[in-house]
Amino acid sequence: MLILNCPYCGESADETELAPGGEAHLRREGPESQDEAFESYLFHRSNPKGVHFERWRHAFGCGKWFIAARCTATLEVFGTYAAQTSCPPQEIVDKISERRPDRRGASGS
Amino acid sequence: MSTRLKSGGRRIDRSRPVTFSFDGARLRGYRGDTLASALLANDRMLVGRSFKYHRPRGIVASGSEEPNALVGLEEGDLFEPNQRATTTELYDGLTARSQNRWPSLSMDFGAVTSRLSRVLPAGFYYKTFLRPRSFWKHVYEPLIRRSAGLGYAPNPEARDPDRYEHFYLHVDVLIVGGGIAGIQSALAAGRAGARVLLIEQSAHWGGRSPADHSGGKQSVNNIPVDKYVDECLAELGTMPHVQCRTRTMGAGVYDHGYVLAYERVGDHLPGEGALRHRLWKIRTGRIITATGAIERPIAFPGNDLPGVMLASAARDYLIDFGVSMGKHPLVLANNDSAYETAFLLQDQGVDVAAIVDARTGDAGGVAQEAVERGLRVIRGGGVSSVKGRRRVEGVTICDQRGAGTALEEISCDAIAMSGGWSPAVHLWSHSGGKLTWDARQFCFRPDVDNSARGADGAPYVIAAGAASGEMTLAAAVKDGHAAGLRAAAELGYNGAAQSEPVATRVEEAAIEPVWIMPSQAPVTLREKAFLDFQNDVKVSDVELAAREGFESVEHAKRYTTLGMATDQGKLSNINGIAILSDALGRPIPQTGTTTFRPPYTPISFGSIAGSQTGPRFLPIRRTPIQDWHEEQGAYFEPVGHWRRPYCYPRGDESHSDAVAREILQTRNHVGLLDASTLGKIVVKGPDAGRLLDMLYTGRMSTLKPGRCRYGLMCSENGFLMDDGVVARLDEETFLCHTTTGGADHIHAHMEDWLQTEWWDWKVYTANLTEQFAQIAVVGPKSREVLERLGGMNLGRDALPFMGWCEGMLAGISARIFRISFSGELSYEIAVAADQGIELWEKFLAAGQDFGISPYGTEALHVMRAEKGFIMIGDETDGTVIPQDLGLDWAIAKGKDDYIGKRAQMRSHMIDPDRWKLVGLETVDGSVLPEGAYAVASGKTSIGQRATQGRVTSSYHSPTLGRGIAMGLVLRGPERMGDELEFPGTDGQVYKARLVSPVFYNPEGTKQDA
Ligand SMILES: [Zn+2]
Repeated sequence: MLILNCPYCGESADETELAPGGEAHLRREGPESQDEAFESYLFHRSNPKGVHFERWRHAFGCGKWFIAARCTATLEVFGTYAAQTSCPPQEIVDKISERRPDRRGASGS
Repeated sequence: MSTRLKSGGRRIDRSRPVTFSFDGARLRGYRGDTLASALLANDRMLVGRSFKYHRPRGIVASGSEEPNALVGLEEGDLFEPNQRATTTELYDGLTARSQNRWPSLSMDFGAVTSRLSRVLPAGFYYKTFLRPRSFWKHVYEPLIRRSAGLGYAPNPEARDPDRYEHFYLHVDVLIVGGGIAGIQSALAAGRAGARVLLIEQSAHWGGRSPADHSGGKQSVNNIPVDKYVDECLAELGTMPHVQCRTRTMGAGVYDHGYVLAYERVGDHLPGEGALRHRLWKIRTGRIITATGAIERPIAFPGNDLPGVMLASAARDYLIDFGVSMGKHPLVLANNDSAYETAFLLQDQGVDVAAIVDARTGDAGGVAQEAVERGLRVIRGGGVSSVKGRRRVEGVTICDQRGAGTALEEISCDAIAMSGGWSPAVHLWSHSGGKLTWDARQFCFRPDVDNSARGADGAPYVIAAGAASGEMTLAAAVKDGHAAGLRAAAELGYNGAAQSEPVATRVEEAAIEPVWIMPSQAPVTLREKAFLDFQNDVKVSDVELAAREGFESVEHAKRYTTLGMATDQGKLSNINGIAILSDALGRPIPQTGTTTFRPPYTPISFGSIAGSQTGPRFLPIRRTPIQDWHEEQGAYFEPVGHWRRPYCYPRGDESHSDAVAREILQTRNHVGLLDASTLGKIVVKGPDAGRLLDMLYTGRMSTLKPGRCRYGLMCSENGFLMDDGVVARLDEETFLCHTTTGGADHIHAHMEDWLQTEWWDWKVYTANLTEQFAQIAVVGPKSREVLERLGGMNLGRDALPFMGWCEGMLAGISARIFRISFSGELSYEIAVAADQGIELWEKFLAAGQDFGISPYGTEALHVMRAEKGFIMIGDETDGTVIPQDLGLDWAIAKGKDDYIGKRAQMRSHMIDPDRWKLVGLETVDGSVLPEGAYAVASGKTSIGQRATQGRVTSSYHSPTLGRGIAMGLVLRGPERMGDELEFPGTDGQVYKARLVSPVFYNPEGTKQDA
């Protein structure tokens, strides 16, 4: 059972306080989008063994959504940050590069 | 025969005899016995029958690894199957029954399968029972159920009277295992200042040390080991930041330092109505797994006969309980540790038949001591057969390197075996710790560089002592000390310098692996050598699995069921892996182990439930008017976490009569509904309209203050999620009504989009569902009832249909919505929750001469169906889009975007062949079965009868005096007047015509009155 730090209220929250929301940093495809792009947005999700960016909601706490950058294999958490961003903040990117130097690219996609 | 000796037994109190019963026989033991030791003291060697072949089985072990001695404990409400006799502390009046035998333990008809074992190999069930299919249910399953299995499930009507609870704890260092290594860890970490919890699954501290290591004669810091344990515990007891608990098992290690522990608080103190089990939910900075090691059996022909026991268990019964496993026991080993068993038995005056040591290499000090003691040692020997039918009567000795040729026969009544030791790596492995093969001790041990990692990426599981492969007393003490210091230091507790404990060092001769005895045993012997006693898996079964292509250890495990019984292969795992590796001609580390999963040993369902049983299982949400409903004797139905009145029966009125009465009263006069459970979400801010335009399919931003609009909410994949009326309270504020079940998840849905997609929009939401009581006053007399209360102008022009207003109604601040879910003239009045009951009673009084009466959810459903209104969850099921339901009118045409719009443009969504909403009218006026399918001609691609629609809602309409229904039908709206056939589960075929779903007042004049 994971512990993630909620960046809003500062609490270290047990997984039982949290609701998962799947892959983070998806770009919404609206009515103008082509079938392929929309299909990808609606259905295709990455499932890496390694660094992953996930949406979580502090559902039984402050109610806010945040994003966790963590390793799905070792469960190391590189950091959590507010959901109001379309890409991970630089300090998270730096932390990932430091902890996983062999990894190519440190963005959500 | 096994027997209680005249003296000895450090756990038992010979001055306190205890009476218990086993299979109806009254037997005696002592306070401090386990059920197993007391049975052995009474020469009860045969304690159960095996799972598959019904072979007679005896006690093999002395702890939680026991595979055979499973009993049914107690009776009636207290009955529990599959309890291990070895971990059941004896108490006065204990009642136990053996399992899986008929008619009795010594005379078992199922044992005939034992002789058929050659035709019941691994995978037998899969192969034999494949065909014919018709035999599955009526021949094979009853047959298997009767012959295979362990204990019986408790009577479903039985109610466990015991109490259980959960307990939460945060510590720095959790140490699992109260043996010498764990105790040493606790001391080191505790002295350094860390908050420590030390837990031990048994009732005693010290683990195996007092029974092993020269029979407990070794010492630590020159103190005999049992005294040393007492001194350590005394010191731990003085540390306020250290807790020590016995009878508490580390059940599972999970992510980020989360550990479950299982405390058997009251198993040994029955009948006092006290707490029985406690489940500890622990978060720890570091966990030290000091869980010891488990001795391995040896796979020799006949190794499952009662009387064959682990050498370590034999020591435990002797030292702890003063029980000798036999009068002439034989010791069989491939390592030094079992010699201790022979020495201890001899010291107690027991005549040891021989020590058969499979090794051929240099004899060590213990072999020399054995000779000096006058014990017979047979080097390089093995056992090729065991005499006796229900218990050991003798053995045939052979050369371990040969094929089993008999060299001599030895008479003996018990066999103490030791195939080496396997570290208990379960907890180390639970959350990802890796293992490495120890080619010197022939076991898997924790790979200390590959521990499970915490949130910070640092290793947080530390194995210590025998659990880490440090098998000698000196090594275990040193390792435990180091583990405790390390755990504390990594968390910032350094304390004063501590000296390292020093224990007696004893040189041991090397173990030589024995995976099958004798090593060249032909198949006739291999199929008598058991690996997994509980699941009856033999050497030959694993070899067969390998021949049939089950090369992965995980596949071979499932094919043979090796290690899949309640003991989870604690004894059989390594031996099975070695046999599989040998059969596949590859080294053991390449085969690897199966996955270790929690719990370490079974834990009770009661402990998992804790106190959350009965009314505490799920809290029930109550409306402000709930007490009144209960006083009226309403019949309730669950709706989400609420209990809503389904109807209010009067006297002995049936439910359907009550529903019909409530509907007619409402349609003809006036009725009341407690609508407080409806979701009420306020959306406020300069961008509120903009947000609602995205959330709803309709356009809410153009709604005028004072007006209401029906809205549909879809998910991003286009499917209808929820519906409800939106009222614009002022320029910046909207009140969104949701369905009862939707309030929480629709609020979450709004917040999701607001926080993670349109975070810069100036708007916030608040779920006010429980802040308001909401009462629907419905029916042609509703306006009059409201006007009688006084205070507000509710005339047709002052408050038109789909308008709302606020004011003081009968002196209560109220907001009145003129909306209708029944097709009648109707008002919904929202007031502060604590004034709900006052207003409710005022309505009842004011409408008394109209016969005003409450109506329940069923009347609500029937009236909405008469009017053709959809219900989320009936007409929708997560695959239905608004266009399917003829709700195009609620979708704004000119809007660029809303959630779900793009998905509703996908090819399948605009396919004209979708099933769409229609009304269904049975030809004979009967009620269609809900959920019934309309059949079409032909078959589907999988050979089932083709369908062309289904019933989504179906009721008897008291208003119309006939059955009415709605359904989704292929191109339904284009086929009005067609007749379809709906076969019911009652064998009848219902015929219904496609009609408009609006059965009642299609002109809408009544709601607009
Ligand atoms: Zn929070």
